[in-house]
Amino acid sequence: MEKVGVCDEFVNLKATELRLGLPGTEDVCQEEKEMVSCGKINKRALPETEKEIESTGKTETASPPKAQIIGWPPVRSFRKNSIQAKKNESEGQGMYVKVSMDGAPYLRKIDLTVYKQYPELMKSLENMFKFSVGEYFEREGYKGSDFVPTYEDKDGDWMLVGDVPWEMFVSSCKRLRIMKGSEVKGLGCGV
Amino acid sequence: MYLRLPSKVLERILFFIDSNDDRNSVSLVCKSWFETERLTRKRVFVGNCYAVTPAAVVRRFPKMRSLTLKGKPHFADYNLVPDGWGGYAWPWIEALAAKNPLLEEIRLKRMVVTDECLEMIAASFKNFKSLVLTSCEGFSTDGIAAIASTCRSLRELELRECIVDDLGGDWLSYFPETSTSLVSLDFSCLDSEVKFSDLERLVSRCRNLKSLKLNRAVTLDGLESLLRRAPQLTELGTGSFSDELSPEALSKLSKAISACKQLKSLSGLWDVLPEYLPALYSVCPGLTSLNLSYATVRMTDLVDLLRRCKKLQKLWVMDLIEDKGLQAVATCCKELRELRVFPSEPDLEEPNVALTEQGLVFISEGCQKLESVLYFCVQFTNAALITIARNRPSIKRFRLCVIEPFAPDYKTQEPLDQGFKAIAMGCKDLQRLSVSGLLTDKAFEYIGKHAKNLGMLSIAFAGDSDLMLHHLLSGCKKLRKLEIRDCPFGDTALLENAWKLETMRSLWMSSCFVSFGACKLLSQKMPRLNVEVIDEMYPPETRPESSPVERIYIYRTLAGPRLDMPEFVWTIHKNPEIGVSHLAIK
Repeated sequence: MEKVGVCDEFVNLKATELRLGLPGTEDVCQEEKEMVSCGKINKRALPETEKEIESTGKTETASPPKAQIIGWPPVRSFRKNSIQAKKNESEGQGMYVKVSMDGAPYLRKIDLTVYKQYPELMKSLENMFKFSVGEYFEREGYKGSDFVPTYEDKDGDWMLVGDVPWEMFVSSCKRLRIMKGSEVKGLGCGV
Repeated sequence: MYLRLPSKVLERILFFIDSNDDRNSVSLVCKSWFETERLTRKRVFVGNCYAVTPAAVVRRFPKMRSLTLKGKPHFADYNLVPDGWGGYAWPWIEALAAKNPLLEEIRLKRMVVTDECLEMIAASFKNFKSLVLTSCEGFSTDGIAAIASTCRSLRELELRECIVDDLGGDWLSYFPETSTSLVSLDFSCLDSEVKFSDLERLVSRCRNLKSLKLNRAVTLDGLESLLRRAPQLTELGTGSFSDELSPEALSKLSKAISACKQLKSLSGLWDVLPEYLPALYSVCPGLTSLNLSYATVRMTDLVDLLRRCKKLQKLWVMDLIEDKGLQAVATCCKELRELRVFPSEPDLEEPNVALTEQGLVFISEGCQKLESVLYFCVQFTNAALITIARNRPSIKRFRLCVIEPFAPDYKTQEPLDQGFKAIAMGCKDLQRLSVSGLLTDKAFEYIGKHAKNLGMLSIAFAGDSDLMLHHLLSGCKKLRKLEIRDCPFGDTALLENAWKLETMRSLWMSSCFVSFGACKLLSQKMPRLNVEVIDEMYPPETRPESSPVERIYIYRTLAGPRLDMPEFVWTIHKNPEIGVSHLAIK
């Protein structure tokens, strides 16, 4: 159906309207908004209509960019937010844990999901705190350095980083602490 | 000879009449019937909180024990009504507290409820039994705590999809140890974890508890423990259904669920893992209501569950069920009365899910008792709509949302006019209709002419001209609520059919081409309507009369102009020089 005629008429009306305000600023937004509402859907994302996306706390969605019309499709916010929350969880918003190092005056936070295995994590920690971690031996722990990476798990126990498989570590690690050698004896680490 | 029915006799008869529609008719017969009726009405329903003043309602029904109120227009659910528009519960609570201390029940929908309101309820009504808030906002868990701690005979506390300022889970611990009266508790919309031991004890001591809807924070272990203590439940809303469980724990949970021999309704099931669905099998044969709309599991898993639910009357599910799944439901769930299919990816241009119009056609073929449909689908055809109408003339509520605006019949590229014509003509008891897809004025001519029982109609992105609105307002004899967005009609049809608006509860129009001038004219012509211009961009007085306004909400009212309008709402009564007088909103 030809709707352009009605639109054109209307758009021209807007252009000749006497109004306060700088020309070409709000005009454009209002015009675009009206074009969306009276004609075929414009594929560009419109500033006003981003309200819907922002309200769910994300500025981008997993879907291809599409003009988001306010309140369309008519799904209640409660439901939309539930779907969004689930998407966030499954896409992973990161597993941030605090990292401290004995003797260092600052704490850092890292996202464990960024790493694929222990060596990557170790390298990153070494760069972050400017130390070197030595070599990990299964039965004997870390050798060749004063510093030993440890972590607190879900049960509150302090463990040696590397003792458990990587996935188990990522899901159970609450925070990291890089201990100085002398304290670490109890963790079964030979110095 | 005319014999007057003694009022005592009439009273006795009215004792048996619960329907407010019937009571409204009774009250129109003559003055004495009006008097007798008003003195005996216990349950009062006000569909628009601004249609009448709290004082008038309280005065008319001195024996009122239950009040149901609705506030914001329906499109508020989809963020089309700006925050601060109105719908405040406070003036009602205040009026009731002063004149009606024996009030037992308050049910509010789409209203702004503050903690002060809740505290007032707790303090004022000694016999308070039931609080049901649906899609409400403005209160915190502190307000809930006040209700929990003070209302001695509390039977129902239900928070349905409310926006609550969640200050923590302490509120539950405010139920005194002596409180045993709860029959229904719904806190599914709250985020915070409640103190589990307090929840456990509460459930244990409330032997009459029939309906329990938990929030997501309650774990599966927690659920198992609660079910062991409350096997008498008829309605259960689980918490999150995805914690890691050992096989022993899963088996324990299964056992606890199977002990609930009277379970009729199941909901929650957030993030349910498919391997946990078998734990529900034992209760399936007895279920009449199942809400799987938050369960993101695949079609095969859904079907394995649903084919056991032979008594199912109400099913809410996501489009993950696909056509095949609905075909299975049509075969197994012969008692189905209500189906709602929600989109799993509402914002994707082309969801990758095999749900088409065929799914609904299967249901219309197999489910003879089908009355109520809500269906989100990417595209549709006239042929499908015609088939559905022919198969199921019993349909009373039909809401189809074709997700792509202006989408034509994808097989013929024609508008969906013929399809909706078939629905309007075939489904003679049609009370509620939502249309979508490409529609011309013709579609509305058919609806106006044939939908004789239609009470509520929702329209978006449809029509060509004023004719569309004219057809509806001059037809549809029983129309009460009309809500329209993004349609290209203007002033003419509205002004020509102004008389119709007094026969309706309300009319909502947004992003249409109705001008400010027309609104003013309508207001002058029809003093018993509130014509609200809701425009956040520009105060209407600053624009030329011919410019279209963002939104209009028109409703009949005996209460006159409302005193609590925010600055972006204008009615003819607003004097820009004096400003708006604000009702004290606590």
